[in-house]
Amino acid sequence: MGEKFKVAVIGSGPGGMSAAAHAAESKLSHILLESTDKHSNTIQRYQKGKHVMAEPNILPLRSPLGFEAGSREAILDAWEQGLKQKNVNIRYGDEVVGISGETPDFEITLKSGDSVQAEFVVMGIGVQGNPRRLGVPGEDLPYVQYQLDDPDEYRRETIVVIGAGDAAIENALALSTHNTVIIVNRRDEFARAKEGNLNLIMDAIESGRIQCFYKSSPARVEEAKVKVAGDTTISLDLRSEEAKPAVIVLNTEAGEARIPCNRVIARLGAIPPRKFVESCGIEFPNELPTSLPQLSSQYESNVKGLYIVGALGGYPLIKQAMNQGYEVIEYLQGNPVEPADNPLLEDKLSVIPGFQEVSRTLTEMQETIPVFSSANALVFRELMLDSTVHAPAPGEIIFKKNDYTNTFFTLFRGSAEIELGDVNTYRIAIQEGQFFGEMGLLSGRRRSATAIAGQNCVLIETPRRTMIKLINSNESVKRVIDEQFIVRTIQTTFAPDASVDELRELAREVAIRNFNTGEVLFEEGDEADTLHLIRSGSVAVSRRLGGREVVLSYVASGNYVGEMGLVGNTRRMATVKATVPTETISLTKDVFNALLEHNPQLKNKVQSTVRERLEQNARMEAQPASGDIITFLMQQGLGEATDVLLIDSSLCVGCDNCEKACAETHDGTSRLDREAGPTFATVHVPTSCRHCENPHCMKDCPPDAIRRAPNGEVFIQDNCIGCGNCERNCPYDVIQMAIKPDPKPPLWQWLLFGSGPGPGKAMVPKDVDQSAKKAVKCDMCKDLDGGPACVRACPTGAAIRISPEQFVDLVHRY
Amino acid sequence: MQESILEYRAKYFLWVALGLCAIAILAYALHEPAQPRNGGTATGYVLGTISALLILWLTAFGVRKRKYKSNLGKVEGWLSAHVYLGASLLVIATLHTGFQFGWNVHTLAYFLMVAVILSGFYGVYAYLRYPSMVTRNRDGMTREQMLDELTDLDRRCKRVAAKLSADIQGLISSAINRTEVGGSVLAQLRGRDDSSVVLPGAAGGKAVSNQNQSAAILWLVDQQSRSQNPEEATLLQELSDMLGAKQAVLNKLRNDIRLHARLQIWLYLHIPLTFALIAALIAHIISVFLYW
Repeated sequence: MGEKFKVAVIGSGPGGMSAAAHAAESKLSHILLESTDKHSNTIQRYQKGKHVMAEPNILPLRSPLGFEAGSREAILDAWEQGLKQKNVNIRYGDEVVGISGETPDFEITLKSGDSVQAEFVVMGIGVQGNPRRLGVPGEDLPYVQYQLDDPDEYRRETIVVIGAGDAAIENALALSTHNTVIIVNRRDEFARAKEGNLNLIMDAIESGRIQCFYKSSPARVEEAKVKVAGDTTISLDLRSEEAKPAVIVLNTEAGEARIPCNRVIARLGAIPPRKFVESCGIEFPNELPTSLPQLSSQYESNVKGLYIVGALGGYPLIKQAMNQGYEVIEYLQGNPVEPADNPLLEDKLSVIPGFQEVSRTLTEMQETIPVFSSANALVFRELMLDSTVHAPAPGEIIFKKNDYTNTFFTLFRGSAEIELGDVNTYRIAIQEGQFFGEMGLLSGRRRSATAIAGQNCVLIETPRRTMIKLINSNESVKRVIDEQFIVRTIQTTFAPDASVDELRELAREVAIRNFNTGEVLFEEGDEADTLHLIRSGSVAVSRRLGGREVVLSYVASGNYVGEMGLVGNTRRMATVKATVPTETISLTKDVFNALLEHNPQLKNKVQSTVRERLEQNARMEAQPASGDIITFLMQQGLGEATDVLLIDSSLCVGCDNCEKACAETHDGTSRLDREAGPTFATVHVPTSCRHCENPHCMKDCPPDAIRRAPNGEVFIQDNCIGCGNCERNCPYDVIQMAIKPDPKPPLWQWLLFGSGPGPGKAMVPKDVDQSAKKAVKCDMCKDLDGGPACVRACPTGAAIRISPEQFVDLVHRY
Repeated sequence: MQESILEYRAKYFLWVALGLCAIAILAYALHEPAQPRNGGTATGYVLGTISALLILWLTAFGVRKRKYKSNLGKVEGWLSAHVYLGASLLVIATLHTGFQFGWNVHTLAYFLMVAVILSGFYGVYAYLRYPSMVTRNRDGMTREQMLDELTDLDRRCKRVAAKLSADIQGLISSAINRTEVGGSVLAQLRGRDDSSVVLPGAAGGKAVSNQNQSAAILWLVDQQSRSQNPEEATLLQELSDMLGAKQAVLNKLRNDIRLHARLQIWLYLHIPLTFALIAALIAHIISVFLYW
């Protein structure tokens, strides 16, 4: 039996440390368990001198440990001192392998074999997980490491890098400047790597700078030993230059290979912590890799007495986690402290007429709004922290049709109306508790209707990321929203006159289908039985002509394909493939016929679409080369674009005025690289943001700083913390990390006296912390009156910005 | 295919320029001054003022191009107008002279203007002709990639040569060191291959032309044909292959440099001449008023 504590804190990240420190100052018996030999492992691994930001600025800090924006070192120092000052009881270097029981009798098993007893457990282990280990004998030898902080630390060594992902490649390349590097790849190619890294590593291997063992895996790591006469084995003298302290044995296709080396760096990814968390009895709402455990409003999991703080509980920012750590210690002592974010919520909710108190209003909201009622109180509170509450005057426009915004609206009080239709508009009423805006949210395309406030209207506007998080973690929310989406889509596309109830009946017969890039929706010659309404993504339509496949058109989300089969022909006339991951709503022939009954004009409408399509196909068939350009554009991932910069290379004189204009209007950093990027015929696709329908960059932004503006611009707000996630998540390499330059002297001073760096170049700041970089990307000059500066500055008219719907028109001009 | 500067807005500025010329010609033809036709008549003054203002406005293009936040039309529109209205000066300013030329500052200003316009004409030609040639020649590579590939080939050549005799190592490093790309303005415009090489055993270490790397390749091929050692022959073959590949990249690079030089050279005339023109124009105007 181990020692018994009041509270055991697992993981010494910001949340865990803050909890342990508060437990210490509250004189609770406690222990902080950390698997590595340093606290705050994730932040320790930041590059040297990295500037750490303290978003959200408006949130007050509530923790015995200090935290304000500053360098990694300053922050770590402050924590180190705080831990000492508060006399926190930390146990380093022993990993928790199991937690059993519940309050007040938790038993925590450690890797060393020890165990710890506790009344309460606070888990703050984050979501990064532990690095995957080699899994072979010798994996724990000091020569084996699982991360690389500073490649310049090592010189003239022989280093074996294991792994074929981006981390392994980047490490191998960085080390190869001063060391002999060998990279070991389990497969016969680097399939998982980004293209840039792939080119670099292939180049390095070809030129012999790095040696690669393909189809090889480590068998064991040994300490180097050498046989000497007399059959005694001694360790090599490490002072000798040539001596390699370790040997890694590889299983290769040709048999075992022994490589003497100084160190082995294994970059094999991380094991997500979910399995461990589940083994402690904590439940997850679904199988999605992004899902997080369900917690009570006091951060307690389904295991009584087991609390979760920090990123694993859905709070990825340092300050939030520290506040939670503090609060959790209060809660488990039975003190109902108000969360630190109370004033923030108070501020938000104060626009509601007659507002009195936060928790009462939140409860009332959950009771009134069915889509939020199934969320637990903590999740809803967090959602409200991200959301905005509006009380618009009657008749005020909430959003306009064709806006690109993607927030989600719920009506808390009063009424609102949705205006549908193009020419003959008509309005449908939204009742208290109902929601709207789900079309923009889910499809990432323009608003399909205008929303107008009614009497006494109080609205909750929830950002896309927050809503997606809720949908992904709550099955019933997802179902309700999906159903509504289908009903409204069918209503707006096919049956404006049908009642919602009738449509709801039909919606049950309709399926949402997912297609991966390149997957076929249907093939030429197939029997035609379904119509696909593209909800997100896009598809390319092609036919086999003269033995080869010719792309005839590109169909963006919001449109439908497969209609020809349903109004006449029974065989598919063309093949339709997804150009990017695509979701469709598929209507069977029966459903479609039922819709036709409701709306006899529908047949004419669909037939006129068919006629247009056929005309366009005929035009394209006459110009097969145009199809090649569309294919090329799709290969560049433009199928998910909403607005893209293209350059006609037969007009581009390479003056770089576009880049200069971009830099000049955007804090000195050009967000486009004109020369980079592929060219086909004379269409050049420069490296520049295409403002994707469902932006990859938004996926994992801790402060939710990446937003979409009404005109579709995807932009980064000032609360960016510079973590670089978006830079890594963008498959098109259009996001950079940059610092804000100093202001420049005016143009005439440069023209007359040559002062300043001149147009298109930035004043390099002298005394600015270089690591205080934030992510920057194209914002389509949304704040400039004349529109994109790159296009306006092009002297020859080579640069244009177009949306994918215009691709087909564009290629006809070639 | 997007609109070129000449096609911009259905040649709107061409029609503006033609209209301006037509009015100038009419005014010149219809107005019968008491004195001989020159810049001093009423028509002459009007045409001269228009020309001077046009010149200043045309110069302002350089400012507009760099005013990236400006909403005053697109730069493409400005350039289209710049080209057509600039060309119209040939008519308007010539009428202003009344065809009176002499060895004086007035005529100097006129001919500087003509030189600026002619260099501009070349610019229009270059802007419309060379970009597609650049694209075709580059074939998807950037200049940086070409340079990288050259460095890479050089490194690989040296590595293979290191396994061979000192003669061959000498040949390779001489061929690498004496490879010429770019250089003076003239060399860039011509894009000729001035590379040379010192062949092993050459009398007095004298370099010979290594155009297309062929001297070096021929020497290697000769060695290969006489080689008794199969391993050596393979390495020699590898070397001459790499030199061949290098030549292909070098050609592409030289072409790129040549085309870019042709695309840009005129600006080095157009802009200094413009400033000279403005100086001469000021002198012309002041002297005219001084001698009034």
